[in-house]
Amino acid sequence: MKKIILGIAFLLFFSFLIVSAINMRPFGEPTFSEMDDYFIKNAQSETGANNVVTSIVFDYRGFDTLGEATVLFTAVVGIVALFRRAIK
Amino acid sequence: MKQMSKIVRTITNLVYGFIIIFGFYVIVHGHLTPGGGFQGGAVVASAFALLVISYGALNIQKLLKKDLLSILESCGLTMFIVLSFLGLGITFFYNFLANSGSWFGDTAVIGINPGNMNTGGVIPLMNIAVGLEVLAALGVIVLIMAIGAEFTKKKENS
Repeated sequence: MKKIILGIAFLLFFSFLIVSAINMRPFGEPTFSEMDDYFIKNAQSETGANNVVTSIVFDYRGFDTLGEATVLFTAVVGIVALFRRAIK
Repeated sequence: MKQMSKIVRTITNLVYGFIIIFGFYVIVHGHLTPGGGFQGGAVVASAFALLVISYGALNIQKLLKKDLLSILESCGLTMFIVLSFLGLGITFFYNFLANSGSWFGDTAVIGINPGNMNTGGVIPLMNIAVGLEVLAALGVIVLIMAIGAEFTKKKENS
């Protein structure tokens, strides 16, 4: 009984995946592209950097990078606190 | 962990300087070529991991000092936050140096071009800050975990 229910659920889930894969948009045509067009057109003149990815990471979305750097700092604080007996 | 064989140590001596130089190249050219602070810092930290593995955690502590790396990491994060606060006249994280004519302030040529080192405003400085932070953080993690493994092995044997 349990196996039958599991199999039916698996088949339903798999059919959903196949339907969504058939209905997927073609590659390179996103639903909304205003943001991408703005970055591609204006990033070089606004930030002066040739690498658009870096200008997004460090300029347009600086808060995200601040969070990543803080996560790394917190990881180091945790590891130093965990091994405090070994490194003293 | 004891140190590895003489072959591994010789190759490490030959190679680790070049790995560190390549990592700093990726960090400093972050606003022109693929890469940036995180990627270049990870490359430099891989050189530190190579040193720790080939020489053993206890022998390498003369070269890699964990206190120094820890201070470097805090300095990198502080530098990043200070740079982000300096643009606070307009908004947080405002790129106040771009196109201003001073440090890193040249206007970039629009279109596909090899690039000019002196552009990008605050982005190269932030790349250097984040690169210092990432290389010191990953180096400290590798070094301290190796020392901790050594410590537990000694405790289990005694």
